[in-house]
Amino acid sequence: MTSTTTPAPAGAAAAAADAGPSRRRRRLETATPVLMVLPSILAIGVFVYGFIAWTGWVSVSNWTTFVRDLSFNGFGAYTRLFGDFRFLSGLRNVVVFTVLFVGVCLVVGLVLAMIIDRDPFGAPVWRNLFLFPVALSFVVTGVVWQWLLNPRAGVNLLLNRFGWEDLPLWYVSTTIVPGWRWGQIDVVVPVALIAVVIAAAWQMSGFAMAIYLAGLQGIPDELREAARMDGASEIAVYRRVLLPMLRPMTITIIIVLGHISLKTFDLIYVMTGPGTGYVTDVPAVYMYETTFRGNQFARGAAISLLLLGLVALLMVPALWARRRTEEALG
Amino acid sequence: MSTATPTADDRRLRPTDDGGAAGRRLRGAPKYLVLALAAAFALVPIYVMLVTSLKPPVEATVGRMWDLPSSLSLGAWEQAWATLRPYLMNSFALAIPATVFSALLGSLNGYVFAKWRFPGSETIFNLLLFGLFIPYQIVLIPLVVTLQQMGLYNSIAGLVFVHVVYGIPITTLIFRNFYARIPADITEAAQVDGAGVFSTYLRVALPLSVPGFVVVAIWQFTQVWNEFLFAVSITSAGQRPVMVALQNLSGSQIVEWNVQMAAALMAALPTLIVYILLGRYFVRGLLAGATKG
Repeated sequence: MTSTTTPAPAGAAAAAADAGPSRRRRRLETATPVLMVLPSILAIGVFVYGFIAWTGWVSVSNWTTFVRDLSFNGFGAYTRLFGDFRFLSGLRNVVVFTVLFVGVCLVVGLVLAMIIDRDPFGAPVWRNLFLFPVALSFVVTGVVWQWLLNPRAGVNLLLNRFGWEDLPLWYVSTTIVPGWRWGQIDVVVPVALIAVVIAAAWQMSGFAMAIYLAGLQGIPDELREAARMDGASEIAVYRRVLLPMLRPMTITIIIVLGHISLKTFDLIYVMTGPGTGYVTDVPAVYMYETTFRGNQFARGAAISLLLLGLVALLMVPALWARRRTEEALG
Repeated sequence: MSTATPTADDRRLRPTDDGGAAGRRLRGAPKYLVLALAAAFALVPIYVMLVTSLKPPVEATVGRMWDLPSSLSLGAWEQAWATLRPYLMNSFALAIPATVFSALLGSLNGYVFAKWRFPGSETIFNLLLFGLFIPYQIVLIPLVVTLQQMGLYNSIAGLVFVHVVYGIPITTLIFRNFYARIPADITEAAQVDGAGVFSTYLRVALPLSVPGFVVVAIWQFTQVWNEFLFAVSITSAGQRPVMVALQNLSGSQIVEWNVQMAAALMAALPTLIVYILLGRYFVRGLLAGATKG
């Protein structure tokens, strides 16, 4: 780093001794990168970390009406949630929803990616067609699928036309199958959630396809060729060679879709709301309503902290698994 | 399986060369069946929105939902436009500045984290990335209080601010991955010539960043335009962006169905247009955001 070719700022050069400007300049040079990112670091420090701590404090405070009261109250908001039917229903729903939604997207995305990777006629057109819903808002998806899966409209009209008598109730259904009781909650799948899964998978399957497609196209052809030369059938090539190599893609999709799913708010808020008997309620919706409609700020804060914990429960092992596969692949 | 393997490194030749042409075509049939079914599923909501929005009110009934309109009518679009126009304007006033500021900030951050590591910069970068994973409910209560104190609550300016702040992790990540691919010699050459960090950024990195800016701009514009939770929590009445207005519209019993579908399409149109025109960059943004996110 020579400073001789650049003219130093006139004032600084005149004021300082011979070694002065270059030393000061060097110090400025090491400080500049830090200064460039400092506003962002401060913003994230306050608006992410500071706010999480703040929310944590609200959750143990006396702020339970619209009058702000941040005096300490204890952990009652948390203990009450675990006896709260609505919260427990929401917890069950968001876990069921996440498993179904991510599962469907993985399967549909993989099948479509494998087909498109084999270069069918019009491959780019297919790819763009399956991906466009990703560009839409969950609000738009919710508005449209609310009509398509309305029991008196949409898909049911078609089913009816084809002579289907026992029409599904979709998101209006209050059935939970098979309905094992655990405390006050029926565990396993509320039928109404399947309608929401269909809408969400409609929007995000293309994302899984795009990630898998990128993965498939990144696998060197030599590997497939070598496997084929060794006499492996096409199915064996997929099962033994391609699928194991797609593991990082699978983990990536689980990370991205999983955390979208766990904090789902807009789709459910727009499409179904909490539903009868809270069959489609999720903690994100409960948090919003309890905080901004009910002014129960301590409880809202407690829900959002538990939601963060739920996201961490998925993220920590998933990120760790991805790190390990990345290291394994070099 | 294939007898005449082409040069293995020419991947464009690969898919057309496994098995004879006749065998391929036969195996192709179920492949196209799956593609056609998936395409039908993908297009059904668009069909219903489009067809219904173009129907005169008498035909926009549940029973005739799947039928094509007997005559085209733009009445529903006119009505939806009259209702949504102010909110569409709010959304543009929100998404455009939020996108510009996000991209500038992300570019600055990404450049430093890619090319000017300082002690602790990796740790700080990872701490920034944590912001990608938080459910925003966790910051909602303090955010509302802070915006009220800043005088930014219930304003588009406040929403711009929020999207710029919470956009930092993703825009920094995308730009860092982008700058990491620019050869080090280019920035180092400028350094040898005596340019400082910031002037290297301005004179060397920034002019090379156009593709990075396109990716980030598309990503942020789409995200901000489509976002709902912040919008519904921070704004009310006339300040609302279009997605909240659409939600209110669809929840109301008096608005006709053809108007609702026209409104949904209208609210979706800006991001759809971005996707159709710049889809390639959209996908790149998706992948950039996903592979390391």
